[in-house]
Amino acid sequence: MAAAAFFYLFAGITLASALMVIAAKNPVHSVLFLILAFVNAAGLFLLMGAEFLAMILVVVYVGAVAVLFLFVVMMLDVDFAQLRQGFLSYLPFGAVIALMLLVELVLVVTTYIVQPGALKGPAPAAPSADALISNTEALGRVLYTQYLYFFQAAGLVLLVAMIGAIVLTLRHKAGVKRQDISRQVARTPEAAVEIKKVPFRQGV
Amino acid sequence: MDLFLSVLLMLGKSLLLIVALLVFIAFALYGDRKVWAAVQLRRGPNVVGPWGLMQSFADLLKFALKEPVIPAGANKGLFLLAPFVTTLLALSAWAVIPLNDGWALADINVGILYLFAISSLGVYGVIMGGWASNSKYPFLSALRSAAQMVSYEVSIGFVIITVLLCVGSLNLTDIVNAQDTRAGLLGWYWLPLLPMFVIFFISAMAETNRPPFDLVEAESELVAGFMVEYSSTPYLLFMLGEYVAIMTMCALMTILFLGGWLSPIPFAPFTWVPGVIWFVLKASFMFFLIAMVKAFVPRYRYDQLMRLGWKVFLPISLAMVVIVAGVLQLTGWAPGH
Amino acid sequence: MPELLVDYLPLVIFIGVSLVIAAALLVAPFIIAYKNPDPEKLSAYECGFNAFDDARMKFDVRFYLVSILFIIFDLEVAFLFPWAVAFKEVGVFGFWSMMTFLGVLTIGFVYEWRKGALEWD
Repeated sequence: MAAAAFFYLFAGITLASALMVIAAKNPVHSVLFLILAFVNAAGLFLLMGAEFLAMILVVVYVGAVAVLFLFVVMMLDVDFAQLRQGFLSYLPFGAVIALMLLVELVLVVTTYIVQPGALKGPAPAAPSADALISNTEALGRVLYTQYLYFFQAAGLVLLVAMIGAIVLTLRHKAGVKRQDISRQVARTPEAAVEIKKVPFRQGV
Repeated sequence: MDLFLSVLLMLGKSLLLIVALLVFIAFALYGDRKVWAAVQLRRGPNVVGPWGLMQSFADLLKFALKEPVIPAGANKGLFLLAPFVTTLLALSAWAVIPLNDGWALADINVGILYLFAISSLGVYGVIMGGWASNSKYPFLSALRSAAQMVSYEVSIGFVIITVLLCVGSLNLTDIVNAQDTRAGLLGWYWLPLLPMFVIFFISAMAETNRPPFDLVEAESELVAGFMVEYSSTPYLLFMLGEYVAIMTMCALMTILFLGGWLSPIPFAPFTWVPGVIWFVLKASFMFFLIAMVKAFVPRYRYDQLMRLGWKVFLPISLAMVVIVAGVLQLTGWAPGH
Repeated sequence: MPELLVDYLPLVIFIGVSLVIAAALLVAPFIIAYKNPDPEKLSAYECGFNAFDDARMKFDVRFYLVSILFIIFDLEVAFLFPWAVAFKEVGVFGFWSMMTFLGVLTIGFVYEWRKGALEWD
């Protein structure tokens, strides 16, 4: 009973905030609603018993990806009046894309077939149903061995993302003075200080 | 009816824990100022109550009676949401912390991951506050802090992984129990994982914007950083959130490296002492160290801060993950079922 | 209610209680504090000047790069969690599988170091 109540609470907030993401005028508010949607989706994961995924959703999406979004949206100097100016000229183009997406979605939904027998009877026991091992461990047991190729592919995707980000955004300013800490530490009094004997009443 | 009673009991426990935590923080704040004063040969707060012990409570009253000001150019909703979120997040971490064997309010399987998630959300209060103020100092501060907190998050993650390799569970109670050997003090993880303990200690200060990493509110450059426009209890909530987060980090260090509630000397007269006392003593000791660091380490420069995070801590902690895993693999010491 | 959710109920209640306490602190001065409004109090602080222009401005793309790199390393840490927990069960194969993964990302890290993406200028 209580679990069902929480389900409707989380699901309701997720849907409402997802709607607000596209309805909000201010993009910063959109991102904040997106964060709310993420957190509630984590709550839904939790209700299904996927506690590891719920926490990872918060760590990765809310703690990292949404920070980047917020960063970009808040800090980029977005001029909304200027953005709206081109609205009419882009409208046909946008409408075509929206129509294409709609057709695709309709195709996907109408051709979707529920596997016979999937809805009745108990769901097949997932590894997490085992009371002795937590679902983090159940994931760990298969992710690195059974699903090795997917795991390594994920590593390669991350590598590409890293290199791509650097190639796209890294620009060096000319004439920047940098601190070379190892050189500073390696400096000795012998190399840095010169002691001169100053003759009396003659100066250096 | 049964459910109603147990919910009521949980409510009472939560309230008790939060009140105890806040009172403890009030005295920790006083202690922080006293340590700082002592290092600089000053007296520190000594007027309110005996030896100034009531100082924090007087401050609370003063904050609550100050006029709250919301700047005209600010986004009002976000401006007030930012301190609220900071405190809420900082407090909610304490639900999973086991002060004694079985004392954790919510003894969840993924406790450490929950704490990691909460600490990675801490950056929101700063970004939101800095942006909503619509003023230049807070804006610059929000930029800086977002990059800073994010940089040290990574090495904290790797440090946690090395401890987990030795434990084999994400549950905080299990992490403490794994350190319960006959060696007492010497069996805790601070000794075998000493480099990670040091990295965690320093990263924890950077993560919570504590001096010497308080570039977010470097008063000589940014006046008060993202808090410039805040007054009254919105300001108090930021400060409270910061101190609660620091205390969470102290508690986390106690759990990961200092054996939580375990007695340092594993025989009779010492094991009679309730575990919660050991826990509070250890956490207070870590807080004392952090207060001392604040008192005598000068503030980092921003490029040095980023260098320390990305070029020193990240490679070292990544290498330590590999080394610890390798040693466990070779010796077969890894914990398993 | 399943066993697992019972563990999380205190968490929800605790967050609820801290929500109430934080909200009470936030609202208190708006009700009890002495008020003496003045338009000068509402202006943005800029060391005594009136603000010249909007506070939100363009900034160095490097901050953006740092947060992208953070996402990548954060994902790496996320992959390490189940591995650390199931370390014994996945055995030598799982160990080398993870070492390959870390090796690939270390190549990226070395690249970013050599490119100077970690320099702050």
